[in-house]
Amino acid sequence: MSEHVAATVRPHRKTVFGRFISMLWADKFAFFATTFLLLVVLCALIGPSLLEDVAGKQNLRARNAPPFVLDRGWVYFLGGDALGRPLFARIVVAAQNTMMVAAGAVALSITIGATLGLIAGYLGRWPSEIIMRFADVIMSFPSLLLAVIVLYILEPSVGNLIIVLAITRIPIYLRTTRAEVLEVRERMFVQAAQVMGASSGRIIFRHILPMIFPTLVTIATLDFAFVMLAESALSFLGIGIQPPEITWGLMVSQGRQYLTSAWWLAFWPGLIIILTTMSLNLLSSWMRTALDPTQRWRLEIGGKSND
Amino acid sequence: MTDHLLEVRNLSVRFHTAQGFVNAVNDVSWHLDRGETLAILGESGSGKSVSSSAIMNLIDCPPGEITSGEILFDGQDLLQLDNEARRALNGKRIAMIFQDPMSHFNPVYTVGWQIEETVTAHGRPAAQARARALELVKRVGIPDPEGALNKYPHEFSGGQRQRLMIAMALALKPDILIADEPTTALDVTVQAEVLTLLHELQDETGMGLVLITHDLGVVADVADRLVVMEKGCIVETGRPHDIYHNAQHPYTRKLIAAAPGKGVMRQPDPSAAPILCVQGLQKSYGTFHALSGVTFDVRRGETLAVVGESGSGKSTIARLVLRLESSSGGKALWKGEDLLTKTPKEMSKVRREIQMVFQDPTQSLNPKMTVFQIISEAWAIHRDVLPKDKWRARVEELLDQVGLEAGHAERYPHQFSGGQRQRIAIARALALEPELIICDEAVSALDVSIQAQVIELLGKLRDDLGIAFIFIAHDLPVVRDFADRVLVMKSGEIVEDGSVEQIFEAPRKPYTKRLLAAGLDPDPAVQKQRRDARLAL
Repeated sequence: MSEHVAATVRPHRKTVFGRFISMLWADKFAFFATTFLLLVVLCALIGPSLLEDVAGKQNLRARNAPPFVLDRGWVYFLGGDALGRPLFARIVVAAQNTMMVAAGAVALSITIGATLGLIAGYLGRWPSEIIMRFADVIMSFPSLLLAVIVLYILEPSVGNLIIVLAITRIPIYLRTTRAEVLEVRERMFVQAAQVMGASSGRIIFRHILPMIFPTLVTIATLDFAFVMLAESALSFLGIGIQPPEITWGLMVSQGRQYLTSAWWLAFWPGLIIILTTMSLNLLSSWMRTALDPTQRWRLEIGGKSND
Repeated sequence: MTDHLLEVRNLSVRFHTAQGFVNAVNDVSWHLDRGETLAILGESGSGKSVSSSAIMNLIDCPPGEITSGEILFDGQDLLQLDNEARRALNGKRIAMIFQDPMSHFNPVYTVGWQIEETVTAHGRPAAQARARALELVKRVGIPDPEGALNKYPHEFSGGQRQRLMIAMALALKPDILIADEPTTALDVTVQAEVLTLLHELQDETGMGLVLITHDLGVVADVADRLVVMEKGCIVETGRPHDIYHNAQHPYTRKLIAAAPGKGVMRQPDPSAAPILCVQGLQKSYGTFHALSGVTFDVRRGETLAVVGESGSGKSTIARLVLRLESSSGGKALWKGEDLLTKTPKEMSKVRREIQMVFQDPTQSLNPKMTVFQIISEAWAIHRDVLPKDKWRARVEELLDQVGLEAGHAERYPHQFSGGQRQRIAIARALALEPELIICDEAVSALDVSIQAQVIELLGKLRDDLGIAFIFIAHDLPVVRDFADRVLVMKSGEIVEDGSVEQIFEAPRKPYTKRLLAAGLDPDPAVQKQRRDARLAL
């Protein structure tokens, strides 16, 4: 890039927060994705306290009630389930468990996976060998089978579910992190830091981690959806979330048997899962651009892109 | 209608970028006659490659856009032809070779297959193709031609690959050969051989040669006519000899003045005390000896140049001394203490005193950190050097010292040009006030005029701050201007060492003589004598 380019970048007058908001606004998709995600988080936080009673009340006259009918009140706008409970209220209430399981499992697996990956990639051959064989063991074992065994032994609960799902996803982060570390550590700026006398910790956290962070976040958003569905599979087998507790995944699997007669039972929670994952994806691709100083101008010029 | 072989008339090309339109070339006209070598000279960003890309239909539209002009070949305007007709001309009548032959060849096919494909792609029978390929490989001087056809690209050296690419380009006896920086990635001795080969082939076939380069020496060696470009415009055209001695345009004059190798040679100061004594330093990879017993001293405040071709082990010295790799034997005494046996903790203290500047500033600066973060990282690592409240002032002072502005501190590396980035890297090296800076090809990735500025900066730092340098380079003229003493290396051993004057004026070893003879002089007359002398050698 020439000096000419440097001169056209505007000086930063706004606060950091203000800059991020304006960069978010520059990418409309990311903006709406963020809005949607905030809504979901809000549901997860206050939904159960507001609608828990409504969501659990059976109304046999509203069994498999069709959507878009307002006769029974607004909570039945999306229809009713097999026991006549309002779908809308159930989706809002289920956000809490779903988010807790998915976010918890993803956060746990990314933390453990990335840490082990950094160790395997940066330290010598032996730690790397041990950690990689450990990852191979997990990967060679069918993850659902592992989950079934563990959850039969342990008590099925939200905490145990998070742990089991996290364990099965660790190798993905571990292998990606290790591969990226092996590449980034050979880059010249890492050597420049070594020459300056930087400690291993500094090199890992200051130089290597920021380079691989966007990749990890992208995988994490994709994994979010996978974890939600895996949780529903476990719930379907009766070893995940136990009714009357609900999650979106559980709602999808409960609605599956009525697919031909009452599609909305599985459709609405499925749609929410798709929208949530898609929003996370859009947000992560925005974040990748916003966190990269060489790409940030695309958002800072405010949509006047020429490509 | 003209009688030129190829004529570019009033060509303008612009590119669509985020900052609006950028004119890559502006109203450019030049022509090429049969049997002639035209050199297009320019620095990076001058648009020297754009007109040839237009000839070869290599400009992507969009983002590129040819706004005006015509390219006449055989009385036809190439820009009016459809893609089908252009493909029939490309490779057959007009061929091109590139800077990096490794990326030009497909690594999964044999070299013979790829040369044959060029021939068969234009409709010749396979049997003829094999014979033609063999003939070509023989002609460009590859040892064991029959065997070479069945080898893969990675089995050849850089110079051989460049020869093979030339063979491939010549497969269909083109009328025009366009060579884009064909020797930039090669060692000097190999560069001289490849240029000689191109010259001979041109005499045999009578083709027109367009040579795109940034190197005045290459121009002086082979060009019949010269076009100088700056910022997308042609600033000067003429015979190289006339332009060299009587340049009209200020830019051309600046370019010629910036060519290194004409300054006064420095004399080493024998009274200075040695600070780094390297004794019998070795490095082997399995049975391959990258360094076999290298011994030398660096004195306080002196500049020691280490020159040699690729694979001579010159960079390995730097990596071993700085403990980026572990050595296989020998000692490196820094003020009497062996660097090679220190624990990481002891080494961390010494690192303050020895710093390094890398070849490619684009890669040696973390792209996610601001200039302030990059420079101040040194003080974050060595806490006792400077209290945190003084960091900002010191960064600004350092930026000023290397010729950048204090306001640049908040920018990121990609917002600077290559030369500016190298200045940032130098400022980072200075942050710890080192006594020795190791420069590993620190200026070889830069344009000539930028190179001269960076060398001047390093010279100033040496005089003002008394810093000693180990200056690793393959470019002899730069070394001649900057160093006090020179080590000449080959295959992991020191061939010859001495003061700059001894090495450049009275080399003793044949290898040093060959190396010096292969260097190109920017003055066409001098270069002609040199070429004759080298061929006689």
